[in-house]
Amino acid sequence: MVGIVSYGTYIPRYRIVVDEIARIWGEDAEVVKRGLGVEQKSVPGLDEDTATIAVECAREALRRAKIDPKKIGAVFVGSESHPYVVKPTGTVVAEALGVGNEYFCADLEFACKAGTAGIQICYAMVKAGMIDYGVAIGADTSQSRPGDALEFTASAGGACFIIGRNCIAEIEGTFSFTSDTPDFWRREGQPYPSHGGRFTGQPAYFRHIFMATKGLLEKLGLKPSDFNYVVFHQPNAKFPMRVAKMLGFGKEQVRTGLVVPYIGNTYSGSSLIGLASVLDVAKPGERILVTSYGSGAGSDSFSFVVTDKIEEFERNPTVLDKIRECEFIDYGTYVKFMRKIRR
Amino acid sequence: MLPKFWRKIRFRYGLIGSYCENCGNYYYPPRNLCPRCRRKGKVKEVQFSGYGRVLSWSVVHDAVENFWISKPYVVALIELDEGARIIAPLDCNPREIEEGMRVRAVFRKFGEDGEEGIIHYGTKFVPIG
Ligand SMILES: [Zn+2]
Repeated sequence: MVGIVSYGTYIPRYRIVVDEIARIWGEDAEVVKRGLGVEQKSVPGLDEDTATIAVECAREALRRAKIDPKKIGAVFVGSESHPYVVKPTGTVVAEALGVGNEYFCADLEFACKAGTAGIQICYAMVKAGMIDYGVAIGADTSQSRPGDALEFTASAGGACFIIGRNCIAEIEGTFSFTSDTPDFWRREGQPYPSHGGRFTGQPAYFRHIFMATKGLLEKLGLKPSDFNYVVFHQPNAKFPMRVAKMLGFGKEQVRTGLVVPYIGNTYSGSSLIGLASVLDVAKPGERILVTSYGSGAGSDSFSFVVTDKIEEFERNPTVLDKIRECEFIDYGTYVKFMRKIRR
Repeated sequence: MLPKFWRKIRFRYGLIGSYCENCGNYYYPPRNLCPRCRRKGKVKEVQFSGYGRVLSWSVVHDAVENFWISKPYVVALIELDEGARIIAPLDCNPREIEEGMRVRAVFRKFGEDGEEGIIHYGTKFVPIG
């Protein structure tokens, strides 16, 4: 039985509300909030980046796992905001965890689905007997051009999953759907990503999530009603609700894992923090479906079955605790924290 | 600068210090020799829990170029639960600090060698709760 042995999350404590961003750019805040279903987003502090977020969520996962860090055989960090273009974030994380030097490592990049790609790699490596435990992290401090629609949601956060045997949630199966679809990209040396506007919806987000999820359900011979919870990548609150409906899932199945209204789109952390918030309350025997989405484009779909082990597993502080513990900042402070102004 | 930073990465990231089995004292940064026991000391490497309390602090209002953007910031003398004392940045509102306040270690960016240089990471502290 291979699956999630432990998990941890990190959400920076600063928040900016949609109203504040809308005020600066002359947008109607109510229209924006209704359109996106997002109230506020998380903002990293001046001394936080993808590496610090990755380390914090990984340390929480390791503490909860109660395993010797030397037993970790692989570290994969998925992000679209790795601090270095050349030099892996994974090495910083492994050093901070005390993994030693004998481990497999690579940074992954696939827009918002790089973290779930890491889970698939760890899952395969554990199954193949190459490693006992693998660490898969999705973390980002996403950037957005001032005044761009992305600025209302592009936020920061991360989640870490330790994959191995003796798990709290078994991976029942995984399925991916990938294509060359240029809906969102960032070229080398460019500070902000570009996107295809409305093009990001139908041929990109909806098609990939729909096909990956459908593929997984067919492969496992399951139907939407077999799942207690479903988590989709959440660039806003509307997209996951709509794709859930397209696939035949109900709103109640989506709600527990929907964190985007309170922290925004944490990119590589998005579906994974959603999964963590579901695991925070899940009971043995419950089934969870997760489908990530990464622009460019692809989706990874997973079915997890929660085991008895979750009952003695330490789940505090929960994702909800971290959502609540926050400090609001104004747009000026936000611009300074994101280093959008220079002296 | 680079070799000096690289050699100390373990101790900066992980809050690893020393423990003397002879007198029971803890030290950070790690030492090869116990200053109390000298040659009788038996020094071992130890991983601190990362929890402690504030003994004293300074609020820095006039920072050097690299830290200018973070001002005012706090540097605190912290007593770790194990007993060792450490001087480290404390990420909190200067008006909210109190003597004896409980804190925990977090992993944060310390600075960078300009836009092209390496990024320095290390341990800072935040208030608990
Ligand atoms: Zn001694």
